[in-house]
Amino acid sequence: MALELIKGNIAVAEAAIRAGLVSYFGYPITPQTELLEHLSARMPELGRGFVQAESELGAINMVYGAACTGLRTMTSSSSPGVSLMQEGISYLAGTELPAVIVDVVRGGPGLGNIAPSQSDYTQMVHGGGHGEYHVIVLAPASVQEAVDLTGLAFDIAEKYRMVVCLLLDGFLGQMMEPVVLPEFQPVRTIPPAWGVGSPDSKERVVLTSINIDPPSQEKFNVKMMTRWQEIEANEVRFKSYYLEDAEYVVIGYGTAGRIALSAVRAAREQGHKIGLLRPITLAPFPTKAVDELAARVKGFLVVEMSNGQMLDDVNAIVAKRAPVDFYGRMGGVVPYPDEIANAISELINGDHDPNADARGKWLAYMRKLVGMGE
Amino acid sequence: MQAEIIISGFGGQGTLYAGQVLAYAAMDEGKYVTWIPSYGPEMRGGTANCTVVISDDEIGSPTALHPTAVIAMNLPSLDKYEPMVKPGGYLIVNEDMVNRASTRDDIHVLMVPASKIAQEIGNERAANMVLLGTLEGNMHLLKEGALERALEAHTAARLKKFISMNIEALHRGAEYQAD
Repeated sequence: MALELIKGNIAVAEAAIRAGLVSYFGYPITPQTELLEHLSARMPELGRGFVQAESELGAINMVYGAACTGLRTMTSSSSPGVSLMQEGISYLAGTELPAVIVDVVRGGPGLGNIAPSQSDYTQMVHGGGHGEYHVIVLAPASVQEAVDLTGLAFDIAEKYRMVVCLLLDGFLGQMMEPVVLPEFQPVRTIPPAWGVGSPDSKERVVLTSINIDPPSQEKFNVKMMTRWQEIEANEVRFKSYYLEDAEYVVIGYGTAGRIALSAVRAAREQGHKIGLLRPITLAPFPTKAVDELAARVKGFLVVEMSNGQMLDDVNAIVAKRAPVDFYGRMGGVVPYPDEIANAISELINGDHDPNADARGKWLAYMRKLVGMGE
Repeated sequence: MQAEIIISGFGGQGTLYAGQVLAYAAMDEGKYVTWIPSYGPEMRGGTANCTVVISDDEIGSPTALHPTAVIAMNLPSLDKYEPMVKPGGYLIVNEDMVNRASTRDDIHVLMVPASKIAQEIGNERAANMVLLGTLEGNMHLLKEGALERALEAHTAARLKKFISMNIEALHRGAEYQAD
């Protein structure tokens, strides 16, 4: 297989094409634009659908319509654009429709900036839209992983009839790494039995998220929650580094996870028994893996390019059985391995108090760092 | 082995391209490699830089606070990155674009008249390749001839006419050796 050196944005676009993407709807926004740009050339070339919508609202609702056929469809955007799409995501979930959404996260809140961030964790993992629903959230840490997860995203979106979000950040979108692109999958153009236009459906297909009768809506929600349990049982993915003998564990995903790997290696070289757990699925979260570690390790360090959004989830699992320290950078600032190495030292040399206010300690550090005094 | 290289200059000096040539060469040698550009508003007319990490192992951070080498193509880049070079590392400077020497004595400093050399061989824009030649000629990150092979293999068809000039630039740059 030939290696190619490609940017994350373009690699994801090409991987989606090869996974049999039938239609794409999107609106340009940095640092995601190359994804849309690549598809704008490639999709028409292949006789497939590409629409640059008038806005992100337009794009997600076009995805909503296209997803009703059950054929492979996607959109991509970056944080402010994804905020605009949240209503549509809730509607997709409420209609049990498969779709892939790529969020190349940038610094925020508000218009923020175009630098890499992970501050959309809460919005994607815990639902930015209304109602009880889940989105499967995949967080690659390299361009190859982004390619591989793009194919997986379409497969599991279809399998569970759910929205799957590929959560990248500006670094992963802009970074070039060698990748092996997958083979072209056959493009399915005949809707499944439940889809609009299916030759197999005997009755008229009605797909809607309107459920006027509350008990009927409740029944639907129970069905969806049951499906989520199945997903939690089957779809958790993570990567472990040096966990076998680890006394301390760093937890970080995506770009923060791979930067943490450098710091963990440096600490290993100094003889510290430390490992890294890098969640690949943020939803469903690798709860069991963290739970098992919490029973045996001396402490955790959560590293994020946010104010500690995943930290809350880790805290809920660890439940004060071990201290959970936190190190995060915000607003589009990317940490260097040296900063994480310092946080690792603090964890190892700290007082191991599981009741300590880790976020408060971090915020005090940040106040000093940004020049806001003690 | 892991090396982190920052290549920095004004937009239009070919810093991102020089990094890509290095990244392609590393990929073709079977190394792990990352190439990450500055993609912010500073690209529009200001400084443009990229970081290339080359490793025998899975790469953690694609950025480095203390890079093993820096190629500085202008004064702002020299000012910004000179203090960051890891002790024992390399600082390679386009001498024609700065008005001062380096103050570091714990690193290898190579002042290369890259713009003049590039002019001599036909195009001032080849200064980036001169400096890349100096980098590889001193650090030997890859096998002999790897950059040349990468240029041959990965240059877009419409730019193939520049390959021989770029290879000459690499060779001229490699003549500058650290003491």
